[in-house]
Amino acid sequence: MPKVNITVDGRPIEVEEGSYVLQAAEALGIDIPTLCFFKYVKPYAACRICVVEARDKRGRTRMVTACNYPASEGIEILTRTPRVMAARRLNLEMLMSRCASMPVLTALAGKLGIDQPRWGTGTDTCILCGLCVRVCDEIVGAQALGFASRGIDRFVTTPFEVDSDACILCGACAALCPTGHIRMEEAGGRDVVHSEITLGPNAAIAVPFRQAVPNAPRIDPDFCVHFRTGGCKVCAAVCPKECISHDDVERFEDLEVGTVVLATGYQDFDPTPMKQYGYGRLPNVITSMEFERMNNAAGSTGGKILMENGKEPGAIAILHCIGSRDQNAHPYCSRVCCMYALKFAHLVKEKTSAEVYQLYIDLRAFGKGYEEFFHRILEEGVNVIRGKGAEIVRGGKEYPEGTLLVRCEDTLAAKFREIPVDMVVLCTALEANHDAKDVARRFGISVGADGWFIERHPKLGPVSTTTDGVFLAGVCQSPKDIPDAVAQGSGAAAQAMSLMIRGEVEMDGAYAVIDDEVCSGCRLCNDLCPYSAIGFDETKKTSSVNPALCKACGTCAAGCPSGAIRALHFADEQIYAEIEGILS
Amino acid sequence: MSFEPNLVGFLCNWCSYTGADLAGTARVKYPPNLKVIRVMCSGRVDPNFILDALARGADGVLVCGCHPGDCHYVEGNYKCQRRLPITRMLVGEMGIDPRRVRLEWVSASEGVRFGEVVSEFTEEIRSLGPLALQEWAFDPAAADAQLAHQGGEHA
Ligand SMILES: Cc1cc2nc3c(=O)[nH]c(=O)nc-3n(C[C@H](O)[C@H](O)[C@H](O)COP(=O)(O)OP(=O)(O)OC[C@H]3O[C@@H](n4cnc5c(N)ncnc54)[C@H](O)[C@@H]3O)c2cc1C
Ligand code: SF4
Ligand code: SF4
Ligand code: FES
Ligand code: FES
Repeated sequence: MPKVNITVDGRPIEVEEGSYVLQAAEALGIDIPTLCFFKYVKPYAACRICVVEARDKRGRTRMVTACNYPASEGIEILTRTPRVMAARRLNLEMLMSRCASMPVLTALAGKLGIDQPRWGTGTDTCILCGLCVRVCDEIVGAQALGFASRGIDRFVTTPFEVDSDACILCGACAALCPTGHIRMEEAGGRDVVHSEITLGPNAAIAVPFRQAVPNAPRIDPDFCVHFRTGGCKVCAAVCPKECISHDDVERFEDLEVGTVVLATGYQDFDPTPMKQYGYGRLPNVITSMEFERMNNAAGSTGGKILMENGKEPGAIAILHCIGSRDQNAHPYCSRVCCMYALKFAHLVKEKTSAEVYQLYIDLRAFGKGYEEFFHRILEEGVNVIRGKGAEIVRGGKEYPEGTLLVRCEDTLAAKFREIPVDMVVLCTALEANHDAKDVARRFGISVGADGWFIERHPKLGPVSTTTDGVFLAGVCQSPKDIPDAVAQGSGAAAQAMSLMIRGEVEMDGAYAVIDDEVCSGCRLCNDLCPYSAIGFDETKKTSSVNPALCKACGTCAAGCPSGAIRALHFADEQIYAEIEGILS
Repeated sequence: MSFEPNLVGFLCNWCSYTGADLAGTARVKYPPNLKVIRVMCSGRVDPNFILDALARGADGVLVCGCHPGDCHYVEGNYKCQRRLPITRMLVGEMGIDPRRVRLEWVSASEGVRFGEVVSEFTEEIRSLGPLALQEWAFDPAAADAQLAHQGGEHA
């Protein structure tokens, strides 16, 4: 595109020929109000708020709309002349005769000094800017919206004015609508729904959550318009670094490493099968992880503690040990729940005026400063009841709508209690990942009965495993809180480092050796070895072991019909001597 | 005094030996009859070891390895799983009750199970009584004569 020189309010600028005057003004930082303009759809000049005066080389001036007036050599643009301001006022007054109360219009009216629109104030809410129609057509590609009728009867609607299947509920129209005439909740009927609390906003392109690693946005193909209509790609147009690719796909990469730290963590216990707690059936019964997400400033409620109806609860019960210390679920203690439950109580007290009830079997405040924290929440007026929550039921007619009754045996007061609350948080167990066994098998380590990875030694080898170079960190080894997980992780990293810095691996002295004087060359051992460590020498007609590949299992030694293989450290004569020693 | 069986155990280093260790640290109670020999893998257990133990006076031999699929050396326990039945047939041929040779899978976390396996095996061998191998067992001609006469231990 050839360049042309123009001026805006007397300031010169070089722009591409045919680019719009609005863009030139923007580049100079000169503000021109707009209502129907959006950078990524074609200009439409419907609102006429962006009027400016354009003077050509021969001195003729015209009133034009900046959003779609093309730049040509030598034109002078004036954005603030009395004539321009009068025209803007006039245009806005005409829009207000249709819809006066919309905040975008009243704000603009304030700026332009309009007190009382001359042609009255209308009550419509759509200014017919057509942004929704254009975005749906040009960007989304759904063509689910259009204009109907003519003149003053004109309005935006779906084809034939019925709910349209063409709409993919992307919400682009609502996001762009300057007046709020189009709203998404009308279409989706959405509210705060606990089951929708996810690890991030339901946006098509977003950083999944604030602390995500890597801290980069990713596209969710379930929400992204492009994957549904083939259109949009606005994100790619917006990104100044051209980072966005809609063609990228998941791929597997092989990494060559010398050491591995397993830090695969845990999964949350699902309380649904424990019917007595009504999770998934009763409203406002949520898990600790859902409560945690709700409290996160980046979570779906923006950090507010809310019930499903969007209101603040008046009383919350926090039930410890759901799925932990339970012979019907996990016999072990999950270790972190007592303390996060106390943290929850503190958060509730800090953010709301709700009553809090803690129902516990035993309070395990074992760490540094933990017992002190317990006393702090007692001072904050949290009710602590020693007794496991037994059951949650709906309150009867005598209670306000939505009340939940938590039943338990208060073992200190020796009485049965029924506590009316609005919300219940189930402190669910930490459990081993469902695929922990597969992961363990892959790395040649073992899992215990509960599914946690087994360390080399409970006291002397708490971060290493039975496989050299494989280390453990965090909950995958056993439930623990963040300080403990970090401590173990640091230990694992240090041990891995010390292996890598040495740069070479010390081999165990145990490996197999074949005596080629004795070997008959039957090659039986060649197939027995799971590591293909045994080769066959075609000239000597004997087999031999590559000690670097041999892992010393001894299977070959047990299988050799000639007795030619010696498993060092576990040689036949050593074992026979052991047998003899044991039995003498 | 009641008969106390003399038992030899071959335990793989990674699962069963660790499981036995756990039985110890967890203070699991089980009879002291089993004497353990550590091998790297159940696949290392040469049938000759079992025969040698029986010949030297063991009343029973227990081989323990990782559960199928869990062998530290991928498939050593499968090799063992195929050798053991043949070894049992062989001892049967020799006139020894094959129940005196047993293979069990014990993982590193199964300390309690290890105790149970040892208790159960000890009781079984106790009920079978001492393995009375005679001198003839090592003299083929005498053995034939004796077998014809007795019909074998488990006849
Ligand atoms: C509701 C709740 C509240 C808590 N509050 C606190 C608190 O206030 N303070 C505190 O100290 N602790 C708290 N904890 C405990 C804390 O969550 C854990 O201590 C911590 O998350 C342990 O970290 P980790 O790295 O071991 O495991 P995780 O945090 O579980 O991380 C493991 C990671 O590995 C990934 N992964 C799993 N399998 C694989 C695989 N095969 N390949 C690759 N990646 C894999 C997972 O996706 C995950 O990202 C809380 C726990 C819960 C449930
Ligand atoms: S929600 Fe999306 S698809 Fe539906 S009309 Fe608006 S832009 Fe079009
Ligand atoms: S292409 Fe980009 S902007 Fe368009 S919907 Fe997908 S993520 Fe959003
Ligand atoms: S912004 Fe230019 S006419 Fe609406
Ligand atoms: S390592 Fe245990 S059976 Fe092979």
